[in-house]
Amino acid sequence: MSTTQNTDAGPRPGSAQTGPDTGEITVAVDAARESTTRAGGAGVPQPRPESPAAPVPAGPVTMAKALNAALADALSADAGVVVFGEDVGTLGGVFRITDGLAARFGTDRCFDTPLAESGIAGMSVGMAINGMRPVIEMQFDAFAYPAFEQIASHIAKMSNRTRGALPMPIVIRIPYAGGIGGVEHHCDSSEAYYAHTPGLKVVTPATVADAYLLLRAAIDSDDPIVFMEPKKLYFSKDRVDLDALREQYESGAASGTGPRAAVESGGAAIARTGSDATLIAYGPSVPTALAAAAAAAEEGRSLEVVDVRTIVPFDDATVSESVRRTGRAIVISEESGFASVASEIAARVQERCFHSLAAPVLRVTGFDIPYPAPKLEHHFLPGVDRILDAVDDLQWED
Amino acid sequence: MSDDVRTDIAEAARSFGITPEDYMLPARHLIRIVDQDGTVLSTEEQGAEPGHDYPVPADEDLLEAYRRLVAGRRINDQNSALVRQGRMAVYPSSHGQEACQVAAAACLGEGDWLFPTYRDTVAVISRGVDPVEAMTIFRGDWHGGFDPRQHKVGIQSTPLTTQLLHAVGVAHAARLRGEDTVVVAMCGDGATSEGDFHEALNFAAVFHLPVIFFVQNNQYAISVPLARQTVAPSLAHKAVGYGMAGERVDGNDLVALLAVLERGVRLVRGGAGPLLVEAHTYRIQAHTNADDATRYREDAEVQEWLAKDPVKRMRTYLTDRGLLTEELQSRYEQEAEDIASALREGMNRESTPDPQDLFAHVYSVPTPQLAEQSAMLAEELSREEAS
Ligand SMILES: Cc1ncc(C[n+]2csc(CCOP(=O)(O)OP(=O)(O)O)c2C)c(N)n1
Ligand SMILES: [Mg+2]
Repeated sequence: MSTTQNTDAGPRPGSAQTGPDTGEITVAVDAARESTTRAGGAGVPQPRPESPAAPVPAGPVTMAKALNAALADALSADAGVVVFGEDVGTLGGVFRITDGLAARFGTDRCFDTPLAESGIAGMSVGMAINGMRPVIEMQFDAFAYPAFEQIASHIAKMSNRTRGALPMPIVIRIPYAGGIGGVEHHCDSSEAYYAHTPGLKVVTPATVADAYLLLRAAIDSDDPIVFMEPKKLYFSKDRVDLDALREQYESGAASGTGPRAAVESGGAAIARTGSDATLIAYGPSVPTALAAAAAAAEEGRSLEVVDVRTIVPFDDATVSESVRRTGRAIVISEESGFASVASEIAARVQERCFHSLAAPVLRVTGFDIPYPAPKLEHHFLPGVDRILDAVDDLQWED
Repeated sequence: MSDDVRTDIAEAARSFGITPEDYMLPARHLIRIVDQDGTVLSTEEQGAEPGHDYPVPADEDLLEAYRRLVAGRRINDQNSALVRQGRMAVYPSSHGQEACQVAAAACLGEGDWLFPTYRDTVAVISRGVDPVEAMTIFRGDWHGGFDPRQHKVGIQSTPLTTQLLHAVGVAHAARLRGEDTVVVAMCGDGATSEGDFHEALNFAAVFHLPVIFFVQNNQYAISVPLARQTVAPSLAHKAVGYGMAGERVDGNDLVALLAVLERGVRLVRGGAGPLLVEAHTYRIQAHTNADDATRYREDAEVQEWLAKDPVKRMRTYLTDRGLLTEELQSRYEQEAEDIASALREGMNRESTPDPQDLFAHVYSVPTPQLAEQSAMLAEELSREEAS
């Protein structure tokens, strides 16, 4: 298996390099790659995927590549950073996010562990106690559940327990959410479990640039961060200059602005400006919200899209400011809606913006059911039409 | 198992003139040196066999350990009394297990780490943590009372065996930096059924880390006897399944414990891979003050174990050997009394934890939400004060 023959080119559609022993994963990886097309079909404004025959022109970078670059740059910048998990070494991760890291930095810095998620998380606690900055990978959202005890009982609580004597500068990377035709246990939106756990921060990028910047900031943070990667966006591309991003991050990092500030105290971004209503989304739902806003614009409605970026700490200021301005809000997320992050956001917006609201805050989320099988998932996922229906329900006549 | 790991175990085995399998399997019998009446057992009775024989530690080490043993017993009994007087919320006593507690701390060097459980307060204090700071957790002031990095002791862990993985991580980080840190990770017999026990032993073995897993088999997990946890020939036999060495030792025999753990520390520091040590002992008191042990065990059993008391046994042994004089004995007792009175004084002193601390260390810098909540509490408190 040659997964590192050309690190710079990054993974490409049609070049699935998983062996026969990882069939299940191959399906998910391929699906994630294909989803670039599928998400585009849903009206997401992103470049068309290149066919293997047409070489990628300089510029377009996948989210996977940006994450890979962020890990590599963090490993270069700080000798305490170590990356470990299942298949992250030789293989480079089932999504190739750690591609080439073991070869470049050595197997002390990037290595495979036995298959045991609690072991991975628990070992990261000890390594953090002993002065390192572990970045651990959970192979898929639902396979992080065995690690939950270590995450909730120790990673989240150690700093508080020791009055700050033992901070936990740990990043737990989790590919999450659906839209890739994955089989059961590969598509969970598990962010609410972590967001509900005091002591953890929960960060999720929606763009290629944010994938780089927020991951760097997460690794440099002294707080434990659950870094949730929307797997359907792994192979989405954007025209970004990774060298410029690195410079931007490293100059900003010193002065504590930008992504580092976002991770420290919350940092939502206005992904599209508008004046009639605010769509609040994060991670995999941001492109969908943007597509809905584009469609609504054609009907003469101006929708603002706020990309939450940091679920914890939540940027109340940016979100409230937008909603007060537009007077209407819809929260969009892929999770089951009951007791969800979307519920929390809706409640916070209502508490803060009540007197500016022309309509109740609505939520467009997944149903309160286990994540569906591939042939049925499109019924579950909040799509453009369901968002536009919700927009129509925002009491425009009153 | 990678080739280099196999070589290291083979080397250790070869140094004892035995096979790697015989190195990993515990000796046929419990390792003991001093009988319950304080006399030295014959070589055959000590359970020694090739690769599993343990020289008696140096005289000064024995005396120093005994000094801590006397203090440990006093600490246990003082803390139980403080609970009865309502000065502490709870105290899981290690009364009867003090030899294990002392040995776990005594075998370590300054740069080494200890990862204890809720039961292991005496080990924590024996390692040098201030007794009152160690008791903060049970008084109910805060979830931890000392800086783990200062003493290289983890906060006493309650979620069973989770701390074993922290021990593995500390050892792994040390190894990556080229340090020869040894880590002793403690747990109980019942806890060996937990998944993290398995994951920690397997990680330590695969990464070939200098960790000693030290299991105090006190026969019960609250009410549940060991037979309901496992049907393995012994807990120490679990080691071979991970490709590491296991040993069983009389957990009320401080001499044997020191001998086994000190050799263990030497071996794992030298690169022989991790080690599992099972100590047979008994929890004389209930699981905690909240437990009623008469519901699940007979008094006759307790009496039987009282006769094996580790403190009495060690005292007789050291006296018979002429190492322990009356004068030394009373000095040790006085030192133990001093610790007990410091504990009484510390626990009887009114403590008023600052409510604002609730928000201070959840994150490195409080989030805007926590800052808001902290302001709200401050405002509530100032209103309370005003009225
Ligand atoms: C994960 C977890 N499950 C259950 C408990 C509750 N609990 C506390 S102590 C204990 C018994 C543990 O027995 P053992 O490991 O033999 O240690 P001992 O208390 O005898 O020292 C139990 C069930 C816990 N602390 N953690
Ligand atoms: Mg027990």
